[in-house]
Amino acid sequence: MARIVHATRAHSAMPMKSSTPLGAALAYLGVDGAIPLFHGSQGCTSFALVLMVRHFKESIPLQTTAMNEVSTILGGADHVEEAILNLKNRVKPRLIGIASTALTETRGEDMAGDLRLIKERRREEIGDTRIVYASTPDFDGAIEDGWSRAVSALIDGLVAPRNPRLVTLRQINILTGVHQTPGDIDEIRDIVEAFGLKPIIVPDISGSLDGHVPETWVGTSLGGAKVEDIERMGRSMHTIAIGEHMRGPARKLEERTGVDFTLFPSLTGLEANDRLMVLLSSLSGKSVPTRLKRRRSQLVDAMMDCHFYFGGKKVAIGADPDLLCALAGVFTGLGAELVAAVSTTGNSPLLAGLPCAEVEIGDIQSLEDRAAAGGAELLVTNAHGRMSADKLGIPLWRVGFPIFDRLGSAHRVSVGYVGTRDLLFEIANVFIGAMHAHRPEDFLPEPLLTTTTDAILGGHGHARAPAQAH
Amino acid sequence: MLKDKIADVFHEPGCEKNQAKTEKDRKKGCSKPLTPGAAAGGCAFDGAKIALQPITDVAHLVHGPLACEGNGWDNRHAASSGSDLYRVGFTTDISEVDIVMGQAEKRLYKAIREIIERHDPPAVFVYSTCVTALIGDDIEAVCRHASDKFGKPVIPINAPGFVGSKNLGNKLAGEALLDHVIGTEEPEETSPYDVNILGEYNLVGELWQVKPLFDEIGIRLKACITGDAKYKDVASCHRARVNMMVCSAALINIARKMEERYGIPYFEGSFYGIEDTSMAIRTLAKMLVDRGAPAELLDRANVVIAREEARVAERMAAYTPVLKGKRVLLYTGGVKSWSVVSALMEMGMEITGTSVRKSTDEDKARIKEIMHDDPHVFEAIPPREMYRMLKDGEADIMLSGGRTQFIALKARVPWLDINQERHHAYAGYDGMVELVRQLALAIGNPVWDRIRVPAPWDEGAASAEALFGGAVTAVTPDDDAAWPEPVHHRKKFAGLDAFDAEEC
Repeated sequence: MARIVHATRAHSAMPMKSSTPLGAALAYLGVDGAIPLFHGSQGCTSFALVLMVRHFKESIPLQTTAMNEVSTILGGADHVEEAILNLKNRVKPRLIGIASTALTETRGEDMAGDLRLIKERRREEIGDTRIVYASTPDFDGAIEDGWSRAVSALIDGLVAPRNPRLVTLRQINILTGVHQTPGDIDEIRDIVEAFGLKPIIVPDISGSLDGHVPETWVGTSLGGAKVEDIERMGRSMHTIAIGEHMRGPARKLEERTGVDFTLFPSLTGLEANDRLMVLLSSLSGKSVPTRLKRRRSQLVDAMMDCHFYFGGKKVAIGADPDLLCALAGVFTGLGAELVAAVSTTGNSPLLAGLPCAEVEIGDIQSLEDRAAAGGAELLVTNAHGRMSADKLGIPLWRVGFPIFDRLGSAHRVSVGYVGTRDLLFEIANVFIGAMHAHRPEDFLPEPLLTTTTDAILGGHGHARAPAQAH
Repeated sequence: MLKDKIADVFHEPGCEKNQAKTEKDRKKGCSKPLTPGAAAGGCAFDGAKIALQPITDVAHLVHGPLACEGNGWDNRHAASSGSDLYRVGFTTDISEVDIVMGQAEKRLYKAIREIIERHDPPAVFVYSTCVTALIGDDIEAVCRHASDKFGKPVIPINAPGFVGSKNLGNKLAGEALLDHVIGTEEPEETSPYDVNILGEYNLVGELWQVKPLFDEIGIRLKACITGDAKYKDVASCHRARVNMMVCSAALINIARKMEERYGIPYFEGSFYGIEDTSMAIRTLAKMLVDRGAPAELLDRANVVIAREEARVAERMAAYTPVLKGKRVLLYTGGVKSWSVVSALMEMGMEITGTSVRKSTDEDKARIKEIMHDDPHVFEAIPPREMYRMLKDGEADIMLSGGRTQFIALKARVPWLDINQERHHAYAGYDGMVELVRQLALAIGNPVWDRIRVPAPWDEGAASAEALFGGAVTAVTPDDDAAWPEPVHHRKKFAGLDAFDAEEC
């Protein structure tokens, strides 16, 4: 069990988290023909846009209500209305997903009310374009919170309520978490389809942010969950939600449609996938397909091959709560030790269950300090950790968002038996890469670690050899 | 107060664009109202941060909620020859409680103290943002108080995002330097060869492409504002003899006010393009001589210029065979347009289109002159139209900034980054050679021919006949069931040979 502590500093140095509205924008981009709209000043959009482009290496449709000083004082409803009409004319989206920002939330706009009036007043112009809204002030939460609130907004705004006269279809809902890459989603789809079930995946960034070369240029997302499919989610047999931050949306969907849900904290790891197999098998009435059985066997073998390199390794992880918990399981499950755990928000009940003494809600500086204190041999966080890894002289293994200094993050797969297998190999290879040829000084007597022995020897133990540079 | 500042920078008498306006238009300022739902570009805070962050030994602290710094830090490639402190993104990351309870100012003060205690920088720059401006935090008072208390300059940068565009933010940053930094310290020594460069940010180390020439000629760079700058250099830059202003008119207010206050003359120049670089160096030398430097400085400059120009011409000629006749779509703003246009045309390339966004009338006139009144000069090209032009093969390569990168790539057309996110340095003589080299590498890369080949199932793809001759013909199996099910060896240690062979 871990104690949750908050950084005692009054400032954040080298922020680790990405903002709440950015998470919402990503979720909206998982719908086909969508354009996210930030209700804030143009900078709010510009910063998020640039960061997403740097991560995905894709053009990102994202617009702003362009609030200025005057509209901030007088109210931004006009700007929202104008933005909606402009988007409708220019890019003809299927969906406009609005996310508020710290600016408009500080002012205290009644966005939901304003939006209702705009929709009434502009019924004709808006036509069949759907508009949803999520409240996502930057000062509350991080990327996971924004993502999950946007998914809730999609459910509220699009899913048809329960209708007992309609038959249930052979389909299941998958509510993906913010850490599922396009590659992950493709893998999940393959697994579900292998059981003869049709998955409705929301949000589905595998179609829109997977880096493909389309034959036309459009100003909205191209690919992703279809609005029509989202409307039909109430006719599914079951809902699978991935990540604790998707509990809210899953519950909302259940309340609205009566479809039960099962929550998987993550789909990485042997046990989680065994659970998934049992669930899919009982939902579909089919036994687990041979090829998936085979993959499980590969994972088991990989776990044995990899444990040699994981055992006893000291690891420092900084990530959003769900990703942190999933990764902590990956590392400690193969014998590594979690010497530092830093997360972005305290909004997740899972954090308390982490296999370490303390979890800090902090930044990359917190992670660097704790990694140094704990003698970490591997730093695990997003691309922002590279300067700290340099300083600590240990390798950085990049996870989460943003990763702007490596290519292909959209296609990394870490779910399913096969994704877990590849993930373990990737990590083990980092450990192997950091190994060095042995030298005589490696075999000097062990530094004295326990105070008991230290006390016996009167504190005259050998000085600890300086940490080897890898 | 902030309102007066904004009015002040909008009335910039040094700005040509502003001078060309009527008195009535000038009163309106140059802020174009943004269109909701159709706006692009950064805010004033973004502009201020871009302009000041390259000061390397200063702690840059952003007072606001997370997104302003959290989404934007660790971004541009401004290089440093010394401290790395400027790369650490500091922010007060204020929470809902701070806002509601009015604790944000206290949090800011504490943050300043912590940063000084841990990093001991020569100064802390504090940036206001929309939210902290809206809730009425008085960052100037907090900074003043912190300055007194900690005996260190703590400089307020008052440019919250919602007051306007990135460009306005540049200027407000300039004002902050004028009000709080420039002239606050005296240099250890001065010489008649001292110059400042304004508006050069040392992206990917471009300043270092030019500085060795200065050193050789004997021009001493006192401060670059703000590329690779140290706080002390900026604070004491008011004793330089000449200011050179680059990057269009972003920091023109600094140039003009330094002339007013300290009598330092300035000129506008550029290090993009060969002619421009020569012109800039010559002008610097000449102005220094006019202000009392020995006349031989100019001779030295001319010698270096002649040598470099000859060297560059020779090296660039090597790329002519690859580039001659190739068509370029150039989409960028400001001075870069015409200086790059002239360089490309010297290589025998054809400009199929260029944009003149952000350019002054003088820039536009120059482009027209170079391009012989060619009709292919655009204000802005909508993405869809740009995609069509590229898709239809109207250009062999596009040169632009990151925003339009994917339009070119999705149209399967080579693209070269010439804006701030670029990874190659294009300044000075060597920079032009590098630009030409990168162009040749981009256009000549074999990948383009390969990815344009149609997929096997698309129209125009090679047939099986063409690929395999007559060797492959369709086979219809008599019985599907005849195909054996794949068998996996589930037996443990299916083959024991390896184990048998091993000695135990």
